[in-house]
Amino acid sequence: MTERVVDLGDVGFDRGAHILVAGELAMMPVGGRLGVTGTDAALPLHLAAWCRSQGHRVETPADNAGVRAWVVCGRGVHDRWAGAERAGAAGSAAAVVRPAAHWGLAARGALVEAGGPVLPFDLDRKELVWADLAPKLYAQAAARQWDPATAIGWDTPFDLPAEIEGAVVQVMTYLIENEQAALVIPARLLARVHPHFREVLQLLAVQAADEARHVEVFTRRALLKGRDLGTSSVSGRSSLSSLLAEPDFSLALFLLSVLGEGTFLNLLSFLAEHAPDPVTRQIVTLVHQDEARHVAFGMGHLREQSRRDPAFTARLRGAIERRHDALLSTAGINQDVLDALTVLAAGEWTAPAIARGHAAVERLHRDMYDGRRNRLIRLGFPAEEAAELSALHTRNFM
Amino acid sequence: MTLLMGAVAYDPKVVTIWSGFRAWLVRNGLPYDFVLYSNYERQAEDLVAGRIHAAWHSPLAWIRSRRMAEALGRTVRPLVMRDTDQDLRSVVVVRADSGIQTVDDLAGRVVACGAIDSPQATLLPLDHLRQAGVKVDVRRFDIGVGLHGDHIGGEREAARSLMSGEAAAACMIDANHLLFGREGTLPAGSTRILTATEPYDHCVMAVSDAAPEEHVRHFGELLLGMSYADPEVRPLLDLEGLTAWHEGRTSGYGALEAAVSGFYDGQGGLVAEDYQP
Repeated sequence: MTERVVDLGDVGFDRGAHILVAGELAMMPVGGRLGVTGTDAALPLHLAAWCRSQGHRVETPADNAGVRAWVVCGRGVHDRWAGAERAGAAGSAAAVVRPAAHWGLAARGALVEAGGPVLPFDLDRKELVWADLAPKLYAQAAARQWDPATAIGWDTPFDLPAEIEGAVVQVMTYLIENEQAALVIPARLLARVHPHFREVLQLLAVQAADEARHVEVFTRRALLKGRDLGTSSVSGRSSLSSLLAEPDFSLALFLLSVLGEGTFLNLLSFLAEHAPDPVTRQIVTLVHQDEARHVAFGMGHLREQSRRDPAFTARLRGAIERRHDALLSTAGINQDVLDALTVLAAGEWTAPAIARGHAAVERLHRDMYDGRRNRLIRLGFPAEEAAELSALHTRNFM
Repeated sequence: MTLLMGAVAYDPKVVTIWSGFRAWLVRNGLPYDFVLYSNYERQAEDLVAGRIHAAWHSPLAWIRSRRMAEALGRTVRPLVMRDTDQDLRSVVVVRADSGIQTVDDLAGRVVACGAIDSPQATLLPLDHLRQAGVKVDVRRFDIGVGLHGDHIGGEREAARSLMSGEAAAACMIDANHLLFGREGTLPAGSTRILTATEPYDHCVMAVSDAAPEEHVRHFGELLLGMSYADPEVRPLLDLEGLTAWHEGRTSGYGALEAAVSGFYDGQGGLVAEDYQP
């Protein structure tokens, strides 16, 4: 018979004594006897009440010379953990292929009590959501968060001609709309991913937070000198709504991060080059850093998928074609946006400058096309097919 | 025939508990259903009247059903009870800095207790003081009357009245003295246990002689066979506050039988004038 004795000193059960007793009992076999000593006046009574609630039996010693009570270890503690299992292991390399639904919100690597609610995370297979790059990208993202209030010199003095300021406001209005789509999509995906893949959740969460910040700074810049925002076209919103319609995790990342945000990298570089004021330049430079990270995650995830499944590129192609077909009957990008980009590249309201601006926007289109084609090639598409698919991308950029 | 059991809805969790047990029992081959009562008196009456076969009874309801059944030449018997229903004690506590050192010191002082029908916070501890020969001024907290003390509110109010100085002592079950200490209603070290009752038993699954015997036997076997290691029933056992069902027994009701003389008559009739469940 296993016997041990625990001395509680003057600590009663109203001051945490149960922790000491439970700790000892956890190390004892069922039927083992734990002697309890201590000076708290209520000890025998409280010990009995606590043991009853835990399924342990209490025996009062015949004499008062030794312990104040004997606890006979019951089955409860052992039975509770009888069917428990580890939810994989803590490290990111140890993420399992398919975590159990009842692990639910448990930390990866935790000892999970059997039973409990089955949570409906439908993205619960590693190959569907994982990227080996995710932990590293999350660490980078967390380290490179910036504060919109202090990272941008909002008080920097500048004054723009009305036409130029109007073009900035129109572009900002367009960017807000697009970034709101880019905020909603990772947030919706995040809620569907099994929390076992926590780095993916963390990365998507930071991505959504990035977009929230982008929406803030674009809005603040748009209203810096005036009160009204620019226009939002049906065609622009139609293009974005087709992004939201993609339920597949990988395809949604492909359309949003690789093609959409990838194209936006060119747009942001263009804006950095042609920004007419220091505030706009600072904003697009910071946003570019964040968007590059989003593109990197999308690329990392999809390259792993592509390596694993030779038929994967056919699915990507299907996604581009479906979206292209869905947008055939729409007018493409808001003309006000294209015109605003032209004015920004022109830098002044003169005919020769506008012509220069127009040429710059044409170059932007070519750069965007080349960027998409190169990324598609890196995902495993032959060059010709990549070129063909790059051309099918929405004229709305995102 | 379906075995029909009554339970008192003293808390919303009762629905969760017995709906869960019902699914488990039915899946294990027992035709079983339950009905909920708003108070124990009607459940005790319905058990004896044969409207239900079994009743998840408070100790007070057990005594009433037993007395009513015997008066009619019928029998009810205890089938099972929780491990946590056996060998409880009630305590009478005073403030630690109080000058009250013995039960006799309580003579003429205000003693706070739970609801009129609470075995653990009123009937048993007050009878314990009576047995000790001390007359006290009872301050009762009638919360959840008809629930036989299942509602903790009366005990908690009694504890608060002790701390506020309104009462010189308060009555409660041992587990609630511990609970009130942990939750801060009675700050750690602020009270002293003046006296405690002898151990007694609490709830019991009572079955009547009108119940289908085969179903009753199966019901008892299934309950006794419930394992805390089973992840399906463990959350329900946790909610109901047990780790195992034990065989029912009547040996723990002697003190309460003696303490209810002003509450029920020998045939289970209600005699407490100000009791309105």
